[in-house]
Amino acid sequence: MDVGTEQYAAPASTQQAETPAAGTPAQPQRSAAEAPRGEGSSFVSAGGRKAGSALGARWFEYLSTAAGLTILVILAAVAGFLIYKAWPAIVASPEELNKISWFKADNLLDYVAPLIFGTLLASLLALLVAVPLSVGIALFISHYSPRKLAGPLGYVIDLLAAIPSVVYGLWGALWLAPVLDPVFKWMTSALGFIPLFEGYQAPAKNILTASLVLAVMILPIITAVAREVFLQTPRLHEEAALALGATRWELVRMAVIPFGRSGVVSASMLGLGRALGETMAVLMILSPGTLFSFFLLKPGQHQTIAANIAAKFPEASGLSVSTLIATGLALFVITLAVNMLARWIIARRSEFSGAN
Amino acid sequence: MSKRIDVKDLDVYYGDFKAVEGVNMEIEARSITALIGPSGCGKSTFLRTLNRMHEVIPGARVEGQALLDGEDLYGPGVDPVAVRRHIGMVFQRPNPFPTMSIAENVLAGVRLNSKKIAKSDAEALVEESLRGANLWNEVKDRLDRPGSSLSGGQQQRLCIARAIAVKPDVLLMDEPCSALDPISTLAIEDLMHELKSDYTIVIVTHNMQQAARVSDKTAFFNIAGTGKPGKLIEIDDTSTMFSSPRMQATEDYISGRFG
Repeated sequence: MDVGTEQYAAPASTQQAETPAAGTPAQPQRSAAEAPRGEGSSFVSAGGRKAGSALGARWFEYLSTAAGLTILVILAAVAGFLIYKAWPAIVASPEELNKISWFKADNLLDYVAPLIFGTLLASLLALLVAVPLSVGIALFISHYSPRKLAGPLGYVIDLLAAIPSVVYGLWGALWLAPVLDPVFKWMTSALGFIPLFEGYQAPAKNILTASLVLAVMILPIITAVAREVFLQTPRLHEEAALALGATRWELVRMAVIPFGRSGVVSASMLGLGRALGETMAVLMILSPGTLFSFFLLKPGQHQTIAANIAAKFPEASGLSVSTLIATGLALFVITLAVNMLARWIIARRSEFSGAN
Repeated sequence: MSKRIDVKDLDVYYGDFKAVEGVNMEIEARSITALIGPSGCGKSTFLRTLNRMHEVIPGARVEGQALLDGEDLYGPGVDPVAVRRHIGMVFQRPNPFPTMSIAENVLAGVRLNSKKIAKSDAEALVEESLRGANLWNEVKDRLDRPGSSLSGGQQQRLCIARAIAVKPDVLLMDEPCSALDPISTLAIEDLMHELKSDYTIVIVTHNMQQAARVSDKTAFFNIAGTGKPGKLIEIDDTSTMFSSPRMQATEDYISGRFG
């Protein structure tokens, strides 16, 4: 019973618009009420119904547009706040900045640069550990493990995400650091010829420990997203691989990983985002320093922006607050750049993505 | 390189459910055998048992024998992966790997078998397979484009090229034209006629005209009712099947008086 028949049927029977032919039970009443106005009753009735649903559609459009705009407004508000509050530090002269007790640099850029370096180093090391591990776990859950194991394992991984970062900090500082101590000792003696692993000093309050804790922290989000993407590999493609005589691993390599690649990149960027901004765990584990140093096992070499802000904010006032916010602005820009880079990586091979 | 298949008393189960019962069939080398029958009659399931693809579904198993030139596909120690490397398959919906180029798609199966092949050999094989699938002239200038950039009919021929690139003994086709327009269907049917000189082909089709056009032998499967196993009712030369079938059920189905 489509609108077409309704349009043709109704003019002939304006008085009898309540016949079942007019549509749903609610519909005839409206068309009967509107019929006496005589403006081509059928058209009005059909139009009235359409207008009703169109109004709903329009409302929904407004709502979703508003929701979409909200996120832009929030982003703009945060950026605006950061710039506004950081401005005094950005325009301040080096002499003024040097009055801040902990400010030991020639200018603001020189102060922020090692912090950016420390942030990126810690996050990238964490990513280096977490991504292969996460992809491995996700593949195991999606394509290798027996079904009975896959569910609980996924659940346990999700639970890791529920642990507060301060708990990770305690765990890292009080449990992981002593455990890693002999490992690092061995690394520095056996691999010390590589500058990266030179000069370990106990306790293990170095950037590698912090990064390992960060890796555990970003593991759940990367695993969860990667697992979802791998599970969505079209059966069609899996069967194509199997029919060619692919083993399980070859199936994964031919169909699953290529299909999930952009998803894994997205997942990694989500994880990187969290690692970049992670404060508490780093603050509790890392013995800070502001050097451009690749000594991963030495304490007092690195600091991250977020941990630095958290450490200094309680005592800060005036210009020092502005300086800290300026470093926060730098973190904001980095995070934005990382996300744009991820988008670009994904878009570059979108033709081959299988999304079409 | 084409081989014959002899199926003896084959039952197919999904868990406790018996999907296909008691199939006996002789499939000659270098011939086209069409499997027809109503939906759910087990013809696709049977087709998949010929390269053990049904085992993708947990709990699937068979009883009976399927012999490829006398060698039991279900014999002890036979690896299903190895079976599939000898018996290629083309699916209902074209499924080129979207992340691979046209050329990579053709070589996908070959790369599984022998990890490294020389670049010139690879190029020659791509051309040979695409020519074999009547696709070469249409794609020779864009071999590095993604496989998904082709039309549906071209994608299906790409899948055929991928299947024949590994020089299989048998080619199974599961409703290969049901997602294609008439012109692409014609192209695939012509291609099957050409492939017949080198390959043993088994095709499942819902299109009886197609079965009549392409196949040498036709097998009719039917099912007694929901929950009952599908059975092979009759297999004979296609001309006989479509003119004077022995079984009433076959005649009813073929003439459209199904019920």
